[in-house]
Amino acid sequence: MPKTIKTTCPYCGVGCGISAEVDPLARTVVISGDVDHPANFGRLCSKGSALGDTVTLQGRLLQPRLHGQDCSWELALDALATAFADTISTYGPNAVAIYGSGQLLTEDYYVANKLMKGFIGSANIDTNSRLCMSSSVAGHKRAFGADTVPGCYADFELADLIILIGSNAAWCHPVSFQRIRAAKSANPLLKVVVIDPRQTSSCDIADLHLPLASGSDSWLFNGLLHYLHQQQAIDRDYITQHTQGFSAALTLAGTASLERVAQQCALPAQDLQTFYSWFAATEKVMSLYSQGINQSASGTDKVNSIINCHLATGRIGQAGMGPFSLTGQPNAMGGREVGGLAHQLAAHMDFSNAEDIDRVARFWGSRNIARQAGYSAVELFDAIDAGKVKAVWIMGTNPVVSMPNADKVRQALGKCDFVAVSDCIAATDTTALAHLLLPAQGWSEKDGTVTNSERRISRQRALFAAAGQAKPDWWIVTELAKRLGFAQAFAYQGAADIFREHAALSAFENDAEHGRRDFDLSAYADISHQQYAELPPRQWPLNQDYPQGRARLFADQQFFTASGKAQFIAVSPTKPVNAPNAAYPLILNTGRLRDQWHTMTRTALASKLNQHKPEAFVEVHPADAERYGLAADSLAEINSIWGSMLARVHITDSIQPGNLFVPMHWTGQYASRGRMGGLVNPVVDPISKQPESKHTPVRINAFQAKWYGFMLSRTELAAPTTEYWLKNTGTDYYRYELAGLSSPANWLEWAKGQVNLPGNITAGWLEYQDTGLGVYRAALINQNRLDALLFIGRGPTLPNRDWLASLFSKAELEPAERQVVLSGLPPIGSEDSGKVICACFNVGEKTIRAAIKTQGLATVQDVGRCLKAGTNCGSCIAEIRGLLASKP
Amino acid sequence: MKQRLVVIGNGMAGMRTVEELLCAAPDQYDITVFGAEPYGNYNRIMLSGVLSGEKALPDIVINNRQWYAANGINLQTGTDKEVVKIERSRRSVLTRDGSRAEYDKLLIATGAKPVIAAVPGHDLAGVISFRDIADVSTMLNYSRTHQHAVVLGGGLLGLEAANGLALRGMDVTVIHNHAVLMNRQLDNQAGRMLQTALEQRGVRFCMTSQVQALLGNQQQHIRAVRCEDGRELACDLLVMAIGIRPNISLAQQAGLFCQRGIVVNDTLQSYDPRIYAVGECIQHRDTTFGLVAPLFAQASVCANHLSGHGVARFVQVPTATKLKVSGINLFSAGDFSGGQQTRQICYQDPERAIYKNLLLKDNRLVGAVLYGDTEDGPWYQHLLESGEDISARRDALIFGKAYADRAIVRH
Repeated sequence: MPKTIKTTCPYCGVGCGISAEVDPLARTVVISGDVDHPANFGRLCSKGSALGDTVTLQGRLLQPRLHGQDCSWELALDALATAFADTISTYGPNAVAIYGSGQLLTEDYYVANKLMKGFIGSANIDTNSRLCMSSSVAGHKRAFGADTVPGCYADFELADLIILIGSNAAWCHPVSFQRIRAAKSANPLLKVVVIDPRQTSSCDIADLHLPLASGSDSWLFNGLLHYLHQQQAIDRDYITQHTQGFSAALTLAGTASLERVAQQCALPAQDLQTFYSWFAATEKVMSLYSQGINQSASGTDKVNSIINCHLATGRIGQAGMGPFSLTGQPNAMGGREVGGLAHQLAAHMDFSNAEDIDRVARFWGSRNIARQAGYSAVELFDAIDAGKVKAVWIMGTNPVVSMPNADKVRQALGKCDFVAVSDCIAATDTTALAHLLLPAQGWSEKDGTVTNSERRISRQRALFAAAGQAKPDWWIVTELAKRLGFAQAFAYQGAADIFREHAALSAFENDAEHGRRDFDLSAYADISHQQYAELPPRQWPLNQDYPQGRARLFADQQFFTASGKAQFIAVSPTKPVNAPNAAYPLILNTGRLRDQWHTMTRTALASKLNQHKPEAFVEVHPADAERYGLAADSLAEINSIWGSMLARVHITDSIQPGNLFVPMHWTGQYASRGRMGGLVNPVVDPISKQPESKHTPVRINAFQAKWYGFMLSRTELAAPTTEYWLKNTGTDYYRYELAGLSSPANWLEWAKGQVNLPGNITAGWLEYQDTGLGVYRAALINQNRLDALLFIGRGPTLPNRDWLASLFSKAELEPAERQVVLSGLPPIGSEDSGKVICACFNVGEKTIRAAIKTQGLATVQDVGRCLKAGTNCGSCIAEIRGLLASKP
Repeated sequence: MKQRLVVIGNGMAGMRTVEELLCAAPDQYDITVFGAEPYGNYNRIMLSGVLSGEKALPDIVINNRQWYAANGINLQTGTDKEVVKIERSRRSVLTRDGSRAEYDKLLIATGAKPVIAAVPGHDLAGVISFRDIADVSTMLNYSRTHQHAVVLGGGLLGLEAANGLALRGMDVTVIHNHAVLMNRQLDNQAGRMLQTALEQRGVRFCMTSQVQALLGNQQQHIRAVRCEDGRELACDLLVMAIGIRPNISLAQQAGLFCQRGIVVNDTLQSYDPRIYAVGECIQHRDTTFGLVAPLFAQASVCANHLSGHGVARFVQVPTATKLKVSGINLFSAGDFSGGQQTRQICYQDPERAIYKNLLLKDNRLVGAVLYGDTEDGPWYQHLLESGEDISARRDALIFGKAYADRAIVRH
């Protein structure tokens, strides 16, 4: 019997509610947005909409594996415990570490943090949230005395000016972006400013785009502070009564003229003037910022330079205004709440405060609590490389891909004495290096809570029974804890027990006597199992004063600093640490794509998510393309002094000259050389320890491919034997983009070798060859069913893959299709739909273009009415608008 | 008074010329036609259809005797009326029975003769060629009374004969002196596919073989063929199909300039301005002809000049070959010699027995072999003749006109 379960999306930090219609027997689920959830009110983006395609058991890790052999949980846990215990007894607690993830549920996070800090006695637990959120955390701490997001999503609708800073929300937080788009439609006064070196899809709704020089944000906001002061647009009363440090901040902000600031940021002075004047004149202003701010060696300062402007104008804590950090991961906030970063303790308490340490130790009943910060992410892998950390457990993340200087991470793990990885996916670049693999439950099986960007705690609920022998992460942690002798402190029967304890810790001595902490779930400290099961999505704090939660903090001007006042932070702008030079003259920027999530372990299972941007690419400005001899759609090699990658050249003037952009998603599982992590400089912010992932000096060269090609195969292939390959999973097919430095002697034999057919099957191969152009094509057809296609040419211009790929969904080819399959063009009279634009409804570019032409469509709404394209998540609207604009 | 046109030869080239002439200038000539065979004229290239049983004789008649009468043409056939001499000084032709026909213009269309291999026994009974209705009758008679047929020559004509005889129930072996059937028109791959298809129809092949001798019985009738490798094949009927040779003896006797054929200029005029020649008997710029398409082109040009219009010019274009074996689609045109500048576009679907090979030079089509799917043969023929640059649609060229006309879509 199908049943409907409400849960939460596991991707970005928007934290959308999902209504899942589950068929437990068939293990299928129909996903729709939860119309009652305040984060999304029923909307979902392309990734969330496709979650039903990711609950497949394909590729799942279903069984513990020790040294490559399947084993029992008993054996696996004993091995884990032995490795940790032996390491600790020989080298001390700081020789073990846990590296976690913003994908973990709060309950998982809580017990992992408790075990490491409270009982093993080391703070060597850090997470991939370090890579995305820690500058915001540090900025919040400095300004507010606590890691507090002051506002909420509802403020988007109340604002009159929304600034997106270093955020391509259209792709990375699509549902929030749609909310802003809708707000803009409803409120003609609402202006949107996008501050980003790249012209992204988010600029689609921008009244003003400021393509500032990479890394110059602090100059821009220092300049704004100075301007506000100069224009007397500051709120003197607010500054005096509720803040400290204004004059120091103003002094460091300098007195540079607007023209000088514009020069520093490489912006037209007129545009900067427009932005400054809008900010000065608009009371309800929201500054939404994300990785473009955080991922910087001065990320914390950048965060504070933004917050400074809000403090100076008193625009914080009220409806429709305030700085607002768009969180990257579904539970980065939850991780912060439990103290899941190496410098945090627990429940927004820190090592810097001896009373906090004592408090947490008493609460946990721990005699062995860590007393100082552990290794942050980059430090942790350096410590592994240096042999200081000898046993590590990596939970639900893929640092061999996502870390900066990722080749060094791989090298470090390769020589580490003991690497355990718990994951729901069997084959990742990181599991490849594990001695012990622990099967974790996936999104559809886990049960617990997550917290989104607006402090809203939502339940993630299990849709299915656990697959294979997969276990909850918290269970695995408690089993380790028991084996290390801490059974009493980890006697949880379920997630609800953990959540109650977590809530109780947040409430523990959280009062006027001991000092108030922002993070307070005292209303939940005693909830029943039933209440936990039915927990509605609420924003913390949840306590006696706010039993239903609180939308905004600081309306009362009460900050969590020692003085109770908000702190201006004097910011001295600094350039990114590694400047471009003669050998590495370009700046590499990295980021997310619309339809992929992190290292693609889950989104790449959903074929429709693989169509929008099917291949790792590098965006290059036309001037740089010419300068470095890069042809459109050819392959380029990008090198930094840390590593290299290959990517498809996309020439676009949406990026500035001197800058390159590559997506962060591709891994060794999906591409021979598409991992960008190896290139990125391991420079970190001295305060937040967040890496500067958006600024690495690189050089780019044409990859001297002798041939380009692609292969489509019904079955998955082993890694193709050529220098460049990239795998993309489609519906009933796998797509391999290929290129090589030398041609095989015989293409048919090569193709047979890749497909790896049993025996010596030669029948059924269709071939096409143009010796003059170096073109070779072959199709493997068995009883009229297409099983494989190979297209080879000298250059990157090859037939469109879409129609060819669609043939794999057919049980049999029509004679006309068979006849022309190697032409790459559909039979006359049938047209392919082109590159997928709308992933939600799978509408292709050619379909949209044809409808625009034949039906005279003029607006995005027309296209939506006609084809449904753009009517769900809306993240393709910018592209649809582009098609409308480009119509002949 | 009308001029007199005498035509020697009642075959396809000569009569097509007459037909064209009747259209262009119906009243210009009194026309006399001399034919060796006792019929009106018929479509010689459809003889293999008659042999295989797909056609009956009346089906292949182009013009019956009534047509000649109706058009005022004096048709002279039979051995008595065979032309034995051209008397250029008298502007007349002399027939075997001593009668003469005078001309103002003479058209020689004497065609070609089958090449007979110079091997011992070539004059045995049961050794024939495949040229005319009489040969087809002979083959049909043998197929009813005898079992073993050997065809010498794996070219177009030999294979049509072999297929026809096999269909008529004979055990047929083709002896071919080359590893590839129809090696003048096909490449290795197409030749192999053709061989396989014919083998599936029961025809056997001795490839790369030479005949050493034809062996007869006491009645001087062929009984076996001995190959150079010593093999002997039982043989009741041997069909020679190893080529044709222009029939130029009359022209040579008359002192017209001949090399391999009667040498003509671009207007199909011989070295005697009153004498024209068309068809398999001519040589135009070093080329002789065996396929029908250029013959018809010659007829058109020749009629244009005979009628006095005098503007047409015969231009050689690559000629397409089609094998007339039911169920085997094969098309070949142009040059297969290859060479350094030649580029190849090749397509094959072995399961469907489809193979296509296009040869390009300087982005122009110079040769095409199609096996299994010949639908686009005429288009390739057109491209060969027009010599147009195909680079814009090269990528889809082999998939046919409809495809090639669409631009290739970039990814």
